[in-house]
Amino acid sequence: MATLRKPKTDLADVAFFNLTRATAVLTLLMLGGIIVSLFYGSWPSIKEFGLSFLWTSDWNPPMEKFGALIPIYGTLVTSLIALLIAVPVSFGIALFLTELSPIWLRRPLGTAIELLAAIPSIVYGMWGLLFFAPLFSKYVQPFLSATLGNVPVIGNLFQGAPLGIGILSAGIILAVMVIPFIASVMRDVFEVTPPMLKESAYGLGATTYEVVWSVVLPYTKAGVIGGIMLGLGRALGETMAVTFVIGNTNFLNSVSLFAPGNSIASALANEFAEADAGLHTSALIELGLILFLITFLVLAASKFLLLRLARQEGAKT
Amino acid sequence: MSFPSIKWLATSSIALGLAAAGVQAAELTGAGASFPAPVYAKWADAYNKATGTKMNYQSIGSSGGLKQIRAKTVDFGASDAPLKPEELEKDGLQQFPTVIGGVVPVVSVAGIKAGDLHLTGAVLADIYLGKISKWNDKAIAALNPKLALPDQPIAVVRRADGSGTSFIFTNYLSKVSPEWKQKVSEGTAVQWPTGTGGKGNEGVSAFVQQLPGAIGYVEYAYAKQNKMAYVLMQNAAGNFVAPDDQAFKAAAAGAEWTKSGFYEILTNQPGKEAWPITGATFILMHKVQDNSQQAAEVLKFFSWAYKNGGKLAEELDYVALPDSLVKAIEASWVTIKDGSGKLVVAK
Repeated sequence: MATLRKPKTDLADVAFFNLTRATAVLTLLMLGGIIVSLFYGSWPSIKEFGLSFLWTSDWNPPMEKFGALIPIYGTLVTSLIALLIAVPVSFGIALFLTELSPIWLRRPLGTAIELLAAIPSIVYGMWGLLFFAPLFSKYVQPFLSATLGNVPVIGNLFQGAPLGIGILSAGIILAVMVIPFIASVMRDVFEVTPPMLKESAYGLGATTYEVVWSVVLPYTKAGVIGGIMLGLGRALGETMAVTFVIGNTNFLNSVSLFAPGNSIASALANEFAEADAGLHTSALIELGLILFLITFLVLAASKFLLLRLARQEGAKT
Repeated sequence: MSFPSIKWLATSSIALGLAAAGVQAAELTGAGASFPAPVYAKWADAYNKATGTKMNYQSIGSSGGLKQIRAKTVDFGASDAPLKPEELEKDGLQQFPTVIGGVVPVVSVAGIKAGDLHLTGAVLADIYLGKISKWNDKAIAALNPKLALPDQPIAVVRRADGSGTSFIFTNYLSKVSPEWKQKVSEGTAVQWPTGTGGKGNEGVSAFVQQLPGAIGYVEYAYAKQNKMAYVLMQNAAGNFVAPDDQAFKAAAAGAEWTKSGFYEILTNQPGKEAWPITGATFILMHKVQDNSQQAAEVLKFFSWAYKNGGKLAEELDYVALPDSLVKAIEASWVTIKDGSGKLVVAK
């Protein structure tokens, strides 16, 4: 450029600083506002049921008796199933894309995975209900009952009527939904591992597996955990897709993963519009507050994990 | 001069001014029940073409509609469950029905076609209580001596979301089964003793079609359009009837509407032809109107809809109200007044 840039004035600097600070503060204010309004809205229910709200399983709007155990259980278990499936699969995807795939395949494959993330969740829900659930109940569930169902202890998880809808189906649909998130974050962080480190390891005669396990993964663990947490956050809060396939049932009479259940987000989506103004609405808002706290705890736990990993690193060297 | 009348004066003079300029300014807003939303939308469209008045209806759910009309953010609220007279009194509201619809039990059992299965209310309640869990149970077999009922578990399906359809259904079960009334009671959402919940009519119908040996309940229009295997229900008169327009009309004809401020739930009505799981959907308005011009437009709209909207409603498989009822409703509008006690009703 031939023209000289205008020297920046102090005023512009100050204005820009304050503007960005205002946006940051706004986020905090909104967060605080949400917590306060959730507390305010759920106060009648907190006052009525106290802490027992967390471990009672009644959900009876006409009698105004509410307990959150079943939605909490459903939320946690479906998210756990989702992670158990999604983390290894995403790891495989990311590994293949960064280390093993031929160069020409990387872009189309990577784009396809990112596209999965762009599908609206209601589409996953309808696909799950109309396409996945019938196939699942006809082929997969009988197979699981016949094989894993006979194993002592964990066999109980895979028994009961193969309805095709239920906690396991919801977990699997969630896994499909979070895989693109986790996989693309993992791929991005794997890609930023300095080639020098990898080349050195290869130079010392390490196999691809050894390079990934001892060089790439330790170097990128913060990013990998971040990616998993992003996926977990989505799984915990996912509403529409879960509502379609979880069965929306507020009782828990077996540990089977084939049984229908409920999740916090889907209970909210189902009942909020028609809830009575009194305790019912308040109990639903308290469910929202609990979901908020669960998400917060999960994030805090991941930060804590990262901190501990970092400290261990310091101890080793 | 009190505040509302100033406002009234201001709006009416504005309206007059606009009318003089040849512009129709009225725009009505309503919110509430999702069950009648398709027919309100159709009426609004036709009414707009006929008169230029726009009606904007937001289908946010019955309790949402109730909240909005209490807060006076809309010109009228809509609810599938009527309010009891004392509740109306408390909020200074008035209600009237608009269309009638039915809730239909549907099944998917191999070999059973639409209209094959006969059930009574008590047996239906026992199925939904989980007490009758097999299709070849004696109680079902006794009602259906000619059907070959399989030795198959019954998969109970019901609505997962709070809905007026569930309200009508549970209200019916409460009327026919003391045990249901005591254990579960009635409401847009209840603690279901058994079964799987589908979201919306489409969710229930998908479950019914997928789960072997399923029974569920959907709105009549939905069952008809999807040609689902409906059940013949025994009504209060002891007859087994099929769900159709005539059966819904028969249920509405028996009710004593005016006695109770239109608090009538049309389930289990007398009448030989009456379909027992019938319900009307309602409009809620304030008795004292801050803006009587606007209220008059709302009443004009519904008056037009009663006169011209019946066919449109029937195209969507709702049932229009009988003429005698429409007369009673229009007569009831004399209690809607503005702040100074003047009638709102358009002459």
